[in-house]
Amino acid sequence: MVELSQYLPIFIFMVIALGLSALFVFLPMGVARLTGAHNPDAEKLSEYECGFPAFEDPRSQFDVRFYLVAILFIIFDLEAAFLFPWAVSLDLTGWPGWITMMVFLFELIIGFAYAWKKGALEWE
Amino acid sequence: MTDFFVNLGMSYEWAWFVATVCGILLIALPLMLGVAMIIYADRKIWAAMALRRGPNVVGPFGLLQSFADGLKVFLQETIVPTAANKGLFLIAPIITFTVALMAWAVIPFNSGAILADINIGLLYILAISSLGVYGVVISGWASNSKYPFFSAMRAAAQMISYEVSIGFILVCVILYAGSSNMYQIVEAQRGFGLGIVNGFFFNILLFPIFVMFLISSLAETARAPFDLTEAESELVAGYQTEYSSMSFALFWLGEYANVLLMCTLNAVLFFGGYLPPLDIGFLYVIPGFVWLLLKILFFFFVFSWVKATVPRFRYDQLMRLGWKVFLPLSLLFVVLTSGWLMFTRFAA
Repeated sequence: MVELSQYLPIFIFMVIALGLSALFVFLPMGVARLTGAHNPDAEKLSEYECGFPAFEDPRSQFDVRFYLVAILFIIFDLEAAFLFPWAVSLDLTGWPGWITMMVFLFELIIGFAYAWKKGALEWE
Repeated sequence: MTDFFVNLGMSYEWAWFVATVCGILLIALPLMLGVAMIIYADRKIWAAMALRRGPNVVGPFGLLQSFADGLKVFLQETIVPTAANKGLFLIAPIITFTVALMAWAVIPFNSGAILADINIGLLYILAISSLGVYGVVISGWASNSKYPFFSAMRAAAQMISYEVSIGFILVCVILYAGSSNMYQIVEAQRGFGLGIVNGFFFNILLFPIFVMFLISSLAETARAPFDLTEAESELVAGYQTEYSSMSFALFWLGEYANVLLMCTLNAVLFFGGYLPPLDIGFLYVIPGFVWLLLKILFFFFVFSWVKATVPRFRYDQLMRLGWKVFLPLSLLFVVLTSGWLMFTRFAA
C-alpha cells in the first residue's frame, strides 16, 4: 500500500529547512553591514594557501583514482538498489528468488575480484 | 495532533497543515538546541579524557559556551573570496544544513510520533545521506582554492566508499525486519533476543553488522579516526577553509546533526529505537522518546570516546578498510543472513 500523502510533510519540511538555512546564511551578512563588521579589502578576499599567493589554478589536475572510486560506487550502489526489493520480498519468492540473487551477486563478485586484481582499489 | 487543532475550530485541511508545521518545528528546533549542547558535550568529554576541564567559564559549568560561540560567529563578517563562485559558495552551506535536517523526517521518536510514516523510510535516509556529499563537494569546488578542493575530493570518495557497505548493512537489517518502514524495523526488534531483549544487536549474525555500521557511520560523518577531510596538518581546515561567519558554522551544525542522526540510526536499527532495552512491563512506564534519547546519548558518548583515543587513519588505509574489508564482509553477511533466514524462517 502506497501512502503518497505521507510525502507532503517531507516537502513542507524541506521548504522550512531551506528557509531556515538561507536565513542563517544571509541574515549575518546583513547584520555585519549594520554593525560595521563588513569591511573587505583585496588581501582579505584573496584565497588562503598558507600565506603564499596561489601557485597555479586549483582546478587544473586531480588524481584519476577518484574517478575510479566514483565509477565503482555507481556499480555497487546499483547492486544495492537491486537488493532492496529482493530483501523485503524474500518470504514471497522463496528458494528460486534466493538462488537467483546469489547468481547475480556471484557475477558481481567476479567483477569485484577483477577490479581488485587489476589494482583499482589500491591507493599505494 | 491534527485532532487538537480541529477541536479549536479549524477546518481539517488547515488543522493538518498547522499540525504538520508544529511537528516540523518540534523536530528542527530541539535538534538545533541539541546540536549546540552536543558540541559542548563533545568538548567536555574530550577534555575529561585528556584529564583537563572543557569549557567552564561561560555560564554555569560552561553550559552557555555553544551559544556564546554561536553569537560570535553570527556577528562576524562573511568573507566571500574574489576567486570563488559566489552563488555556489553561498548555496553549499545551505544544502549541507537542509539535508542534515531533512533526514529526521522519518525517525520514529515514539510509537505514533513520526513526521512522515513512509514505507521506504530506510531508503529515504540512504538517499538523503547521499545528498549530503553535494554540500561538501560544491563548497570545495566553489572556493576555487587548492586545499578545499582536495578536501572535497577526499570527502566525496570517502563518503561514497562507506555508503556502499552501509547499503549492504541496511539490506541485512531489512531482511530481518521484512520491511524498510522505520516503525516495522523497530517493532521487529520487540523481544527479538530470547523473547526478552529488544534489539537486533543480540543476534550473533547481526552483531558483527552492527559493529561494521558503527565504524562506517564514523567514516560517513568524517569523525575521529576518519577525519581526513579536515586534517589540519595537510589541508588547513579542509573544505571549510575559505568560509567564515555563520556559513562556516552551518557546516559545523550540519556535521553534528549528521553525527546525531548516525547515533540515532545505530539506536533505531540495532538497539530497538524507542523500545526499552528489555521487554519487561514496568520498563514501559518510562516514555519511549526517553529511551531513544538515552540510546542516542550513549552512542554519542562512544563517538566522543573514539575521537579522544584513536589516532587518525592514513587515506590509503581508509580506502582499503572501506573497499577491501567492509565491502566484502558486508556482502558476505548479506549472503549469510539471507541464507539463514531461508533455512529458518522462510523455509519453503
